[in-house]
Amino acid sequence: MRIYSLFVYVFLYTPIAIIALFSFSAGRSASQFEGFSLKWYGRALDNPFVMDALANSLFVAFVSATLASILGTLAAVGLQGMRGPARAFFDAIIYIAVMIPGIVIGIATLIALVTVFDVVNPWLANIWPEGREPPALTMGRPSLIAAHTMFTLALVVLIVRARLQGLESALSEASADLYAPPMRTFRLITLPLIAPAILAGFLLSFTFSFDDFIIAFFVAGSETTLPIYIFSSIRRGVTPEINAIGTMVMLASLVLLVIAQLILRRSNKR
Amino acid sequence: MTERERNWLMVAPAGVWLLVMLVLPLSVVLIFSFGERAPAGGWVPAFTFEQYANLPARLTAFQNTLTLAPLGTLAALIIAYPLAYQLAVRTDPRWKTILLVLVIVPFWTSILIRSYAWIYILGGQGLPALLEIFGIEGVRLIYTPFAVTVGIVYGYLPLMVFPIYVALDRLDKRLLEASSDLGAWPLTTFLRVTLPMSISGIATGCMLVFILLMGEFLIPALLGGGKVFFVGNALVDLFLQSRNWAFGSAVAVMLILVMLVTVTIYMRLIARLSATREDVSIM
Repeated sequence: MRIYSLFVYVFLYTPIAIIALFSFSAGRSASQFEGFSLKWYGRALDNPFVMDALANSLFVAFVSATLASILGTLAAVGLQGMRGPARAFFDAIIYIAVMIPGIVIGIATLIALVTVFDVVNPWLANIWPEGREPPALTMGRPSLIAAHTMFTLALVVLIVRARLQGLESALSEASADLYAPPMRTFRLITLPLIAPAILAGFLLSFTFSFDDFIIAFFVAGSETTLPIYIFSSIRRGVTPEINAIGTMVMLASLVLLVIAQLILRRSNKR
Repeated sequence: MTERERNWLMVAPAGVWLLVMLVLPLSVVLIFSFGERAPAGGWVPAFTFEQYANLPARLTAFQNTLTLAPLGTLAALIIAYPLAYQLAVRTDPRWKTILLVLVIVPFWTSILIRSYAWIYILGGQGLPALLEIFGIEGVRLIYTPFAVTVGIVYGYLPLMVFPIYVALDRLDKRLLEASSDLGAWPLTTFLRVTLPMSISGIATGCMLVFILLMGEFLIPALLGGGKVFFVGNALVDLFLQSRNWAFGSAVAVMLILVMLVTVTIYMRLIARLSATREDVSIM
C-alpha cells in the first residue's frame, strides 16, 4: 500500500518536475537537456508578447477578483436575511453558474455580447455628435472581466455563506440588543468575522481568473492572456521558453494558494 | 430603510450581474439553437428544429465524450481509492495533512501547463523511446484515446481523492477493529464495512469529475491531436472556425441536456444504493 501511494505521488509530480527541469535546459531543443541555464527565464521576461499577456492576465484577475469579492460578500450577507422564492431563485442561479461547463459560459457570453454590440454600436453612432469618431463596443478586457466576475462571484457567495452559517447569531443579536444600528453591527461584528473567508474567496477568484483558458479563449476578443499565449505557443510546438513561463506560473499559483490556506486554517482554529 | 429593503439592496448588484452575464447569455444560446446560420457565418432569426435534426453530424464527439468521460472517471476512482484509504486509515495523523495537501496542490496549478507536460512523456521522445530500449518498438501513445484518458486521470485525480478521503476519515476506526475481532476476513471487512461507509465520498468524487469532464476541451485538444475530440472541441470548432452559431448553440444545448439526464440518473442510482445499504445495516 505504501509503495502504491508512492507511485501515485510520482505520477502526480513527474509531469510538473519535467516542465521545471526542461525550463533550465540551455539548448534550443525542448526535448533534450543540454546543460543548466537560466537563459530561457530571461528570454521569457524579455519577450514583449509574454509581458503584455501577463499584464492583461494580472489586470483582469485583480479587477474581477476585487469586484467578485465585494459583490459576492454583499450578496451572501443579504441572502442570510432573505427567505422565499427570491432566495430559491438566487440559489438556483448560483448553482447553475458553478455547474455549467466553462466552455458553454464562454460561447454563450461571446454570442450574447456580440449580438448586443451589433445592436448598440449603430445606435451609438447615430446619437454621437457629428464629426467625432463614435465609440465601438468590442470584445476585450471589459467583457473578459465581466465574465470572470460572474463566475468568481458565485464562488465567493458559496465561500462566504459557508462561513456565515458557521457563525453564532448570538453575537450579532447581542449587538442589536445593545442598540447598535445594523450597519454598525455589520462593520464591527460580522465583517471582521467573515474577513478571512472574503480574503480566501478573493485569492481563489484571482487564481481562477489567472489560470482560466476556456472562457478567455472565447471572450477576450483580440486581447491575449497568459494561458491563451501558452496554448497558442504549444500549438506551434513546445519550447524551453514556454516551460520557463509555465514553471513561473505554477510557482505563483502555489504561493497564492498557500497564503489562502494559511488564512483559512488560522481563522478556523479561532 | 427596512431590513427587507436593505437585504434586497445588498443582493441586487450580484443578482443583476448574474442575470446579465449568465441568464441572458444562456437564453441567447437557447434562442439561437432554433435559428439558422447566416451565409457569411453568424446567425439569422428563424424558428426551426433543423439544427437539432443535424446533431448526428457531431455524433462522434458525443460518443467520445460519453465513453471517455465515464471511463476516465472510473479510472480515476480506481487509482484514487487506495490512496485515499491509505491516507485516511493507515497514515500517522502527524503526516496526514501534509500528504493530503501534496495531493491537492497540483490541482490548483494551471491544468493547461500540467496537461501539456504529457506531450513530453507520451510523445516520441518519451515513453515510446524508453520502451524501444527494451526492444518494444513502434508503440504510439500520443494522440490516442489512451493519452486522453491518462490526461483526464492525471488532471482530475486530486478532485477524486479529496471527497473519498473525507468520507473515510470520518469513518469510526473501531468499526474496522470490531469487524476483524469478530473474525471477518480483511476483504469481508472492506466490502461490508469500509466500502459502504465511503459510498458518499465516492459519489461526490465521481460526480465532480464527471461533470467537469463533460465540458472538457483542453485535454483532448492537447493530447488527442484532433483524432480524439470531445463535444467541447466540436464547440470550439463550430464557434471559432466555421462560425456556425445556430448549430453550435444546438450542440451546446444538447450537451447540457445530456449532462442533466446522466447526472439525474446517477443521483437516482446513488440514492437507491444508499437506501439498500440502510436496509442491510438494519438487518
